[in-house]
Amino acid sequence: MTRYLLSRLAGMLVVMSLVAVLVFILTRAASGDPIAVLLGDQATAEDIARVQKLYGLDKPLPVQFGYWLKELSHGNLGDSIFLQRPVTQALWERAEPTTLLALMAVAIAACIGVPCGIVSAVFRGKAIDQIFTGLAMLGASVPSFWFGLVLMQIFAVSLGWFPVSGYGDPGAPLWQRMHSLVLPAVVLGVLNSALIIRFTRASMLDVLGEDYVRTARAKGLSESVVVLKHALRNALVPIVTVIGLTVALMIGGAVVTETVFGLPGVGNLVVSAVLRRDYPVIQGALLVVAAIYVVINFAVDLLYTVVDPRVRY
Amino acid sequence: MPIHFQMPLILKKLFRRRIVLVAAIALTLVVLMSLFASVVTAFDPNDTAVSERLSQPSSTHKLGTDELGRDLLARIAFGGRYSLTIAALTAVGSITFGTLLGLMAGFFRRLDAPISRVVDAMMSFPDILLAIALVAILGPSMLNVVFALVLVYTPRVARVVRASTLVVRELLFVEAARAVGVSTWRILWRHILPNLMSPILVQASFIFAYAILAEAALSFLGVGVPPEIPTWGTMVAGSQQYAHQALWIVLFPGLAIIITALSLQLLGDGIRDLLDPRLKKSM
Repeated sequence: MTRYLLSRLAGMLVVMSLVAVLVFILTRAASGDPIAVLLGDQATAEDIARVQKLYGLDKPLPVQFGYWLKELSHGNLGDSIFLQRPVTQALWERAEPTTLLALMAVAIAACIGVPCGIVSAVFRGKAIDQIFTGLAMLGASVPSFWFGLVLMQIFAVSLGWFPVSGYGDPGAPLWQRMHSLVLPAVVLGVLNSALIIRFTRASMLDVLGEDYVRTARAKGLSESVVVLKHALRNALVPIVTVIGLTVALMIGGAVVTETVFGLPGVGNLVVSAVLRRDYPVIQGALLVVAAIYVVINFAVDLLYTVVDPRVRY
Repeated sequence: MPIHFQMPLILKKLFRRRIVLVAAIALTLVVLMSLFASVVTAFDPNDTAVSERLSQPSSTHKLGTDELGRDLLARIAFGGRYSLTIAALTAVGSITFGTLLGLMAGFFRRLDAPISRVVDAMMSFPDILLAIALVAILGPSMLNVVFALVLVYTPRVARVVRASTLVVRELLFVEAARAVGVSTWRILWRHILPNLMSPILVQASFIFAYAILAEAALSFLGVGVPPEIPTWGTMVAGSQQYAHQALWIVLFPGLAIIITALSLQLLGDGIRDLLDPRLKKSM
């Protein structure tokens, strides 16, 4: 177990370093000299050279990378050009809506995906299976912004059940903030349940063909015990994996959904940073999100041992 | 065992599932509508007519008009040209590069670790976020959107192709080919690649679908194709604040996206069932 953990951690470190290199290359490849932009039209070539030296931008790229990595290891992601504050602080301020949104959406996706997948597998080939698999494919074909706009028209504008956009005051009670997250969470959850349905169904189908399922049936156990206890427990590993993957997908999906519903989350921050060419923010957000993804993957691997005691590392 | 395509028979098998046939027809119709956009509608997609703004679907304007009085059917038909072209180029580009990388990683053991780790790193960014960042850096233009999406989907293809290459590499005919002195490149090109066609074809249709959705999302966020070019995404983006007065201006471009993406995925599913009978049993 310890050996496995260590090798996994080393692998994680390799991937994260590569992520850091990629992010560094990406932002350095950006067109336009940030210093020239920062100093404006009045700056002379000398001014620019002086400020470049100040920020270490006159050094060769590998040196700059080393400098950046050192700051990174201290948790310093640099300062936002437009928000006048450190990127870490800007990200932290926007973390709550995005986290809550992702959690609510995953809960919705799992509550739809797992039962539908099980039913699909049990009634394989029947009408209900075809309906659910069809819906799963439809879910993967609907643009989230479009679904969001349509739901918003129906439930927020026409029926008035939910706020059209925004997140309420910072001081508002938690339930009120969650209330304004319901529609965006439904959008993300319903659309992402598609993947969970497909994985649950495939995983259950595999298990339902096993000998011990036949034995359980032969013992005269009721079908619900066979499916929910004997089969489901053994089918859980892929299901847990895909739910973990969905959490990671949510963070990306949140970019679009937050924009539709005007939520002040990380996604919104990134989009406005892109529109303003605020590279430190883009860079920081990419890094943090990729790190979260890598950590979630790792956590899912560890969860296997809990879900399935047969898995030993 | 290279796959021999016998068109009529294989199509007959592919369309045995009715839904796949329906998808193929829907997709053909969407493509034809875009190709012959000027036949489908007499309106110019950019002609504004303020007096007719936000008019409901009628016999003149089959799908109604938008906030500037532009004919929606014309915009969807002409916009389809851009949306479909961007997605098609994305699919071709990422399949080409992804196949190349995947083959290398799967066949040459030395290249496996470096390529796979870079692929892992690229795939730790959410699709849309990476695409947004890339377009931000490259600047918003149609070609840059394609470039960004190719970069986003290439690792996905590479991963699938690598996994399949690892299996095919060990098969007996590869060993036989090597034993009779076939060169490495010829083995890759004539013996391994043809056997990867089914996963590659399936990936191609799925990436085509994802690219339609991703382009729309990027354009919707205002970081994709410049707003003056009508794509299905820019149409929704431009009209969203009028949705409460005229839901159709958001509804119809979205339906075009859904029909196209859904048909492509159904088709991909059909191809998978057809070319990989083992999977059909479990999926």
